[in-house]
Amino acid sequence: MTDGIDVTTVDSRPGAPKPDAVLVVDGVARRFGGLSAVLVEHLEIQRHSITALIGPNGAGKTTLFNVLTGFDRADEGRWSFDGTDLRGWPAYRIARRGMVRTFQLTKALAGMTVLDNMLLGAAGQTGERLRDATLRFRWKAEERAIGKRAAALLDEFGLADRRHDLAGTMSGGQRKLLEMARALMVDPQLVMLDEPMAGVNPALVETLLEHVRRVRATGRTVVFVEHDMDVVMSISDWVVCLAEGSVIAEGAPDQITSNERVIDAYLGRHHGAPA
Amino acid sequence: MDWTRILSDGVRSGLGMNAAVYALAAIGLNLQYGYTGLWNFGQAGFLLVGGYGTAIAVHSWGFALGWAVLVGVGAAIALGLVLGLPTLRLRADYLAIVTISAAEILRIVVNSTSVQSVTGGPQGIGRFANAFYDNNPIPRGRYGVGDITFTHRDLWVMTVTWALVGLASAMVFLLVHSPWGRVVRAIREDEDAVRALGKNVFAYKMQSLVIGGALGGVAGIMLVIDRQFVEPNNFPSAITFFAYAALILGGTARILGPILGAMAFWFLIEGTQSFLTQAVSNNFLGVDNVLTRTQVGPIRFAIVGLLIMLLVIFRPQGFLGSRTEVMIGD
Repeated sequence: MTDGIDVTTVDSRPGAPKPDAVLVVDGVARRFGGLSAVLVEHLEIQRHSITALIGPNGAGKTTLFNVLTGFDRADEGRWSFDGTDLRGWPAYRIARRGMVRTFQLTKALAGMTVLDNMLLGAAGQTGERLRDATLRFRWKAEERAIGKRAAALLDEFGLADRRHDLAGTMSGGQRKLLEMARALMVDPQLVMLDEPMAGVNPALVETLLEHVRRVRATGRTVVFVEHDMDVVMSISDWVVCLAEGSVIAEGAPDQITSNERVIDAYLGRHHGAPA
Repeated sequence: MDWTRILSDGVRSGLGMNAAVYALAAIGLNLQYGYTGLWNFGQAGFLLVGGYGTAIAVHSWGFALGWAVLVGVGAAIALGLVLGLPTLRLRADYLAIVTISAAEILRIVVNSTSVQSVTGGPQGIGRFANAFYDNNPIPRGRYGVGDITFTHRDLWVMTVTWALVGLASAMVFLLVHSPWGRVVRAIREDEDAVRALGKNVFAYKMQSLVIGGALGGVAGIMLVIDRQFVEPNNFPSAITFFAYAALILGGTARILGPILGAMAFWFLIEGTQSFLTQAVSNNFLGVDNVLTRTQVGPIRFAIVGLLIMLLVIFRPQGFLGSRTEVMIGD
């Protein structure tokens, strides 16, 4: 089930070291005025795993996402991705380095076609450089290759028949699918999904989950923020619980459901007494 | 009423230098605003530095006109860089504020007597484009059909300017139909999404601002070459807004939008002028009871403004735009 990764042998205290961490966070703090939105002392994300980030509203999950991906600045601390210190890097360089995120409110580019959304994702395109843009012969072959990759992904995500439609004409769930597929066009090592199931028609949730599993199966790492505990339990290899900006617990899904601190901070308040 | 005359006055203007210059300025705005979503409200400033750069290079530095034109374009590029550096990392409205202010500041500065030795102050600079007219290959005479005729001099400067309009459109066409264009169109939609996909959004916005500004510079150069004279009043903020009006009229994010829009805009301006002037002198429908001859000039802008408002209400995409693209939200 975990694709050959055994994170279950890792002990489950906050900040536990992982056998093969792709992302290591150290002392990252983000304050808004006097409020510490994020204060993560230590966190490691296991390579080739699906890690869920849970926590009550305002726990700092999205802020942590923003800081780690360069969309917000950290007041303190450092984090490294696959051995590279990313502190102070702009968002676009972090994405190019292989850590690509999606957004809680989908950012499908509404006025562009589904296919153009996908083609945009491909990294390092010759034709995206101003000096080559008007010289079609320089990027024609590359464009065709990217187009093939996009077509294959759209097929996989069940969006092939919509490729010439404007992204703005699609449903919320389809936009989530498109955003995930578009992120894969960048060919990232780590995909960070901010509430991939939010606002998605329940019928589509299982499809989305299947895609998340498939992302891991292609050798990538997935970190996602999610509220729905059923979703978290069904696909995560590892769960990290944040409250008031800090990691209060982490562990395998079944360990997390029985963790006192998690129940106090999160589950208890929303789900009543868990089994 | 002489309807033929009204029509030919409109057509003459729609083919003339005003339309060509505004088409160039609007093509620049189309790249910036239509395709990239940048609010450049200071296109008049880019025309100004282009025009003044060329005139000063000839007049004060003794450059040949060809090199002076490059100085004008270079000045517009430099203005784009200077305005873009501090603002393009900020929200879109900052660029709008900074560009409109910069255009006004430039107009006031070149008007100042403290720089009169360079810019000519309020007197301006004249007769710097003789080389352009000395090379006119068109034999002396008037050319055209019916009432729509142009002198060999006008025809020469119009031909060159419309050729530049064609070149600029071809360049913008190639740019926006390339992967580069895909990135800037995506920036118009949502720049954070583009950043998240690993694109250097700041660099793309800067490139778009500079190219669009350089086209504004070329428009300014042709404007002052046509007049053989450059003065601060050539570059009021109204240039920017007329160019936007032309762009919206024709259709944003369409290659031919700014061209068709500029032609239609000047057709309407001169057509209504011609109509109202005749209406006042012939007492057409009792018009001269409410309007005097001197009021015709301002009133035509009000009428054209009203027409544009109606167009935006009933056809927000302009003549050529795509309605779905305009109406779609996210």
